[in-house]
Amino acid sequence: MPFEVKIPPMGESINSGVLAKWYVQDGDVVKKDQPLFELETDKITTEGTAETAGRVSLLVAAGTEVKIGAVVAKIDESNTATVGSPLAGAPVAPTSPQSAIANPQSPSVRRLAAETGINPATVTGTGKAGRVTKGDMLEASSGKSAPVGSPLAGAPTPPPTPTTSASPVSAIPNPKSPSERQTRKKLSPLRKRIAERLVQAQHEAAMLTTFNEVDMSAVIALRKKYQDDFVKKHGVKLGFMSFFTKAVVAALRDVPALNAQFAGDEIIQNNYFDIGVAVSTDRGLMVPVLRDCDQQSMAGIEQSLADLAKRAREGKITLPDLEGGVFTITNGGIFGSMLSTPILNAPQAGILGLHAINERPVVVDGQIVIRPMMYLALSYDHRLVDGREAVTFLVKAKQVIEDPARLLIGA
Amino acid sequence: MSSFDLIVIGAGPGGYVCAFRAAQLGLKVALIDKRATLGGTCLNVGCIPSKALLHSSEQFVFAKGHAAAHGIKLGSVELDLPALLKKKNDVVAKLTAGVAQLAKARKITVVTGSAAFTAANTVAVTPASGAAQTLTAKNIVIATGSAPVELPFLKFNGTSVVSSDDAISFNAVPKKLVVVGGGAIGLELGSVWSRLGADVTVVEFLPKIVANYDDDIVRNFTRLLQKQGLKIEVNAKVTGYANGVLTAEREGKKLEFPADTVLVAVGRRPYTDGLGLDKAGVQLDEKKRIKVDAHLKTTAPGVWAIGDVVAGPMLAHKAEEDGVAVAEWIAGKAGHINWDLVPGIVYTDPEVAGVGLGEDAAKAKGIAVNVGRFNFAANGRAIAADATDGYVKIIADAKTDKILGAQILGRGAGELISEVVTHMEYGGSAEDLGRTIHAHPTMSEAVKEAGLAVSKSAIHAL
Repeated sequence: MPFEVKIPPMGESINSGVLAKWYVQDGDVVKKDQPLFELETDKITTEGTAETAGRVSLLVAAGTEVKIGAVVAKIDESNTATVGSPLAGAPVAPTSPQSAIANPQSPSVRRLAAETGINPATVTGTGKAGRVTKGDMLEASSGKSAPVGSPLAGAPTPPPTPTTSASPVSAIPNPKSPSERQTRKKLSPLRKRIAERLVQAQHEAAMLTTFNEVDMSAVIALRKKYQDDFVKKHGVKLGFMSFFTKAVVAALRDVPALNAQFAGDEIIQNNYFDIGVAVSTDRGLMVPVLRDCDQQSMAGIEQSLADLAKRAREGKITLPDLEGGVFTITNGGIFGSMLSTPILNAPQAGILGLHAINERPVVVDGQIVIRPMMYLALSYDHRLVDGREAVTFLVKAKQVIEDPARLLIGA
Repeated sequence: MSSFDLIVIGAGPGGYVCAFRAAQLGLKVALIDKRATLGGTCLNVGCIPSKALLHSSEQFVFAKGHAAAHGIKLGSVELDLPALLKKKNDVVAKLTAGVAQLAKARKITVVTGSAAFTAANTVAVTPASGAAQTLTAKNIVIATGSAPVELPFLKFNGTSVVSSDDAISFNAVPKKLVVVGGGAIGLELGSVWSRLGADVTVVEFLPKIVANYDDDIVRNFTRLLQKQGLKIEVNAKVTGYANGVLTAEREGKKLEFPADTVLVAVGRRPYTDGLGLDKAGVQLDEKKRIKVDAHLKTTAPGVWAIGDVVAGPMLAHKAEEDGVAVAEWIAGKAGHINWDLVPGIVYTDPEVAGVGLGEDAAKAKGIAVNVGRFNFAANGRAIAADATDGYVKIIADAKTDKILGAQILGRGAGELISEVVTHMEYGGSAEDLGRTIHAHPTMSEAVKEAGLAVSKSAIHAL
């Protein structure tokens, strides 16, 4: 009886995913714990590994939507390939009509792969048993490929651009062909989920944003002063995020309304401080959660953050890493944003937007001085949070950043 | 009472294939048919005997009309109709015996007699003589096929007004044969008797014969048939037959066609006579076909229906696929059938074959398509074989290049269509067809070239 490879349970809200990629081929002999496939769900991307060693037979094609618990492959632990012909009525397990993984691509798909550099394995196939068709490749490559009407006439490389002296008339040196002016790409499950969540937040919450600005001098000075000691002791750099996380915890303590969420005709008050931090990855935005930030040291926060960010970018975030946040911090500043209005991470009541630090003239004690300034934006759900509370929250966060000693004293 | 895992009623290509597949999968199967020989309409009085007649009559036409041009002197060429019919009967006998042999080897219980449900899982079988027996099974498949449609004003009499069942066995060549209905059956049998010397007129009610093909294909096909001597009258509504004259109407005008024999080939109806469907709780749809779901289950639990008795094209190969799928479903396997890709073929010379969406249908549906066309007149093998009539048409989606359909007019079109079906089954594009090696010199190169022609890249055409 071959061992069945099943899609593992991923948490309550996830029922299915897309088997994005096979790392092994049909008929390969695999070792225990060897990665077998990549699974993309609407929240995360994970790997499935072999729980036992043996010869693997793949039952679904890459790109297939699979339910949690679905059998996607079998591992023959005896390691001997039984070639059971269903026509001979042999009582072996039925070979699924879907087992077509190792099949070569069709000639047009091979041509498009060579010309566009797109690996068909990364394209979701719509053909029989999930095969990639020419149409799928055209869609994936869109403007990059030759026009459909003349697949054979299409030159694999664009014609050389005429030199400026040779074409004095042309104002646009390299005009885009009509097919290049617009390209289409299928939504990844993650991007789709992000879109749904964001639109849902905008539809459901009474969203409002309030702004403030913060003088970063104190935090910058502290970092400068203690950076070397901090790195030596904790093996991680002292960043801005630990200060802001602590500032948010302090502000949430003062204004509990922002640590609440809507649930039908009830309000849930959270009495813990799990803060989500938005991380940008190739696959899209992810918000891993830092646990119990009220109890963690600055070093602990920096360490967990470095770990989560690294795993998010490597696509190794697990579902529990993403669940249970009460408030979110998003930092558009790393990309140079001056000011923005973040969208809530539903069902949370608030999200704090950080922005670029720029030196600006400000008035301090009647004098114009130059200070490293950052704008802060707090978007909040007006159903739960009154304007007074939102402003108080932001002022509190500002005070802590401008005078971090407040954290020590608890003021 | 004998008990089985599966009872199949009707041993045509749907039923016997279903029984065979089920037996392969380890089920205990009974196969019931009225006829003493297996194979149903297709093997006994349909596809197979008509193909035997078509082939023999083609040889006759070649010997009489074309052999000399190939440097073959034959002297006087005469028709020996009894020998020709015997050859046909031998073909039928060989195939029906082959099916019987396979049934026996697969340990299928073959029961001869008329079946009628007494309950959803019980069938009484009454033989032509002797006592009835009762069979019971958890699953019963109805595969009773179809029968020729009879027109109320043109009742079959077995001599002068006949169905296709009789038109495969005329003991003399009719002098004037009128075929009512310009579909595959009428044109095939009309061709047979025309080749053997009859004066044949095909009378069609619609504005064109083989109405489900593209206008251009039908226009060319009609002209080629006319060149062979068939007379084709379209837009003609038959009103009756009396005193050796078939009467019809066209736009209020009376038409008269003298005929000693009238073949009525206006279609076939699902055959469920005497089955006692009400006893099983099996319901019919508005067209008197057995109502089935997407898995060919009828409204009665454990009762399935396949082939001509259910919706879909009345074609043997469609019935076979139904039968295989149902057998697999019953055995708990993943049965598969793609009703969108059932090829259709008219076995005249040249043949007409089609699959999927035609050019006209695509345009009617507002689907943007690119059409590639390649004439057999530019194909080396076709020229050598005197088969330059006709062409291949590939219809592909304008955006994705996916093949949506194909229509072929030409000798052996029925063989050529298969590879297009295969490409389509795998979601192939016209380019895939054009980039697949086809042996030279073969007629199939025209299919490849038509695939290339979709992107205006055909090598041997401008």
